Amino acid sequence: MPVLDLANPTRFLALTDRALPWLAAATLLAFALGANQVYLAPDDYQQGATVKIMYIHVPAAWLGLFAWTLMSAAALGTLVWRHPLADAAAKAAAPIGTAFTLMCLVTGSLWGRPMWGTYWVWDARLTSVLVLFLMYLGVMALWRTVDDPARAARGAAVLTLVGAINIPIIKFSVDWWSTLHQPASVLRLGGSTIHPAILLPLIVMIIAFTLLFLTLHLAAMRNEIMRRRVRTMLMMRADARP
Amino acid sequence: MLKPLAALLGRDMRLAVRVGGGAPIGVLFFLIVVTLVPFAVGPDLRLLARIGPAILWLGALLANLLALDRLITMDHEDGSLDLIMAARVPLELALAAKALAHWLTTGLPLILATPLFGLLLDLDPRASGAVALTLLAGTPALTFIGLAGAALTVALRRGGLLLAVLILPLTVPVLIFGVAASEAAIIGPVPFGAPFRILCALTLMSMVVGPFAAALALRQGLD
Repeated sequence: MPVLDLANPTRFLALTDRALPWLAAATLLAFALGANQVYLAPDDYQQGATVKIMYIHVPAAWLGLFAWTLMSAAALGTLVWRHPLADAAAKAAAPIGTAFTLMCLVTGSLWGRPMWGTYWVWDARLTSVLVLFLMYLGVMALWRTVDDPARAARGAAVLTLVGAINIPIIKFSVDWWSTLHQPASVLRLGGSTIHPAILLPLIVMIIAFTLLFLTLHLAAMRNEIMRRRVRTMLMMRADARP
Repeated sequence: MLKPLAALLGRDMRLAVRVGGGAPIGVLFFLIVVTLVPFAVGPDLRLLARIGPAILWLGALLANLLALDRLITMDHEDGSLDLIMAARVPLELALAAKALAHWLTTGLPLILATPLFGLLLDLDPRASGAVALTLLAGTPALTFIGLAGAALTVALRRGGLLLAVLILPLTVPVLIFGVAASEAAIIGPVPFGAPFRILCALTLMSMVVGPFAAALALRQGLD
């Protein structure tokens, strides 16, 4: 049963050690390919070269949402099966998701300045992503303030599931309200509205960013498992002393 | 089933009224927030009337947040929370009854004080009425979202600032549609009904999600 094998932390660590170099290499390769594609991609007829911000902005936004979705799935694992690997997955995903959400906000406002004439507007998409960023920081604050990792994991899981309500709101905010941010154009019913010459590099970049996320996440999970083992060992040593 | 819930509701309301530091302090805090804003932005009555609904909503939100600390913590400290959790009444319903009692003793006084405080901000009766109505529809959502946060911080034995950081982002939609509905009633041009109905929907949704999340947090945390 290979899936059950993965649930064993020791097996998971062994597999991670084998998989990480390959994942890192695949990430580098995808980024090299993506950078080349982005370099060759045509400029937009209105936006000029600034359209290339999109190749960072869109993947970062997607991963910001993806990380919270992954945390929600892990939260179910924590609450239903009380599995330590699910705790580690949720904890490791939070800082990475925060970083990608921040990257999305920063690149978005740098792109907004030349295109919209302002770094920031209080429109539905921007506001909901900012709220997502704040919720990430709240979850991280919760992880840090509680010493016992199992207890912190359960608290963070409840918060993550409640916060998951925000994810569809962010995704559909541009369709529900008429906003300055453009409506969904990559994933939509009736096909993408982006020209293939720009869409193809974007897809390569999304794959590269996702590989980067997986690499960082697996490495962070491994570190988290080791941190817990160190903690247990320290406690056992403290216990053993008379 | 109903009798223990009614008893719990009555007990919480009696405690809130008789033990010091309850509802009157929330209203006092609300008054102070409303008083501070003119000092910060200047006593221009036209400007105050323009941002009045936002000030009232923000004051009510913060007063609600500060009162949340008393929602579960005191029961946890004196041990009655353990009795509630061991009772045959489902924990979700018991927590919903507690939240309802909390709203009746802290949320409702804020709403009753709103027309009076509206005078300080030069809101006309119609505008004050609109803000009070939106607060009536929206503050239960704040209490029920806060219920989940209060349960979480009790279960984790960490209170104070963490509660605010966890709860406030979740209350953003309530604030947006509450102020939007008040502004729609006062200056238009959006019809009042659309944001008001979304506000009611948010309240109904939080009434369902809040008690379940709070019960989950307590069961997971306090073992």
